[in-house]
Amino acid sequence: MADIATPTNPGVPDAEPDSTTTVDRGHAPDIHGFEPTGGHADHGGEHGHATSTGLSNNKLAMWMFLASECLLFGGLISTYMLYRGRHEGSPSPSQLYNIPLTSVSSFVLLMSSLTMVLAVSSAQRHDDRNTTTWLTVTALLGATFVGAQVFEFTEFHKEGLGFTTNLFGSSFFTLTGFHGVHVTVGIIMLMALVGMINRAKMPGNKAEVVEMIGLYWHFVDIVWIIIFTLVYLIPS
Amino acid sequence: MSIDHSADTKAEAAPAADEHAHGLTDMGYVKIAILLALMTGLEVGLSYAGLPGGLFMGLLLGLMVIKFWTVVSYFMHLKFDNKLFSRLFYTGLFLALFVFVAALCTFQFFATS
Repeated sequence: MADIATPTNPGVPDAEPDSTTTVDRGHAPDIHGFEPTGGHADHGGEHGHATSTGLSNNKLAMWMFLASECLLFGGLISTYMLYRGRHEGSPSPSQLYNIPLTSVSSFVLLMSSLTMVLAVSSAQRHDDRNTTTWLTVTALLGATFVGAQVFEFTEFHKEGLGFTTNLFGSSFFTLTGFHGVHVTVGIIMLMALVGMINRAKMPGNKAEVVEMIGLYWHFVDIVWIIIFTLVYLIPS
Repeated sequence: MSIDHSADTKAEAAPAADEHAHGLTDMGYVKIAILLALMTGLEVGLSYAGLPGGLFMGLLLGLMVIKFWTVVSYFMHLKFDNKLFSRLFYTGLFLALFVFVAALCTFQFFATS
């Protein structure tokens, strides 16, 4: 027998390990890097399938998705910054913006990140009751944020700023509207998650699924941190 | 030839084992959230303070970056997670920043020509 152990593939019967090779296949990669799913997915003891990176493929895919989302919002924010001064035919941004209202909704979204991370923490402890409670609170805070945004859009429309009024209006509604849609999608995912946990129909690793949705939710929050400063607080 | 993989194995397994050791408790998350709320309050306060333009912009952008980094590092666990995730995310972020700078430069170029 060779001194190097035969690479292990999932589902393929393995050769008897050589005594000189001290790899513990349950916790570390073999010579080809196969390893049970790592990261937070492991914390509950619910191991996923082996991956060539030793990391959870779901988590890797989520981070790649978030990186691509950076580019989407980067483009939208750039467009807004270029066109914020083009507000012919409507009040200027500083006349329109309701900073106290937006500050409160920013605070609400920030606190929803706290409740989300507490939901992830509860899920990793296998505490379903607290997980669903925190997820529901997060969804409610998100809905409050979206409600405030709808109110703001309505007020702007009353003031004479529509989507096609001028370049400022188009870029503002596109940027904040895209963000609002992301929050709304997040709320739908949170409520679906609560439903699946309550009915015990969660496929795969529950803690990992909660963490994935948590990453999405926090991303939506960090995008708003940028929008709040660049769009609302810094005057054109 | 005899290869002992135990050293590599320990090196690979260590980060995963350390994750919880360096993770925050629920109270730690609450403290971070309070800090973020205070920084948001400070941002809003600054917008009413009537500071000179350069100082105002610098403070606001600084607070924005700190808030962003805090959420990404602690709430999204990037500080405690595998470095590959950080590299992926920050690559996207810097590309977005590049798009922003390129767009501004392009418009500046066309505005002056």
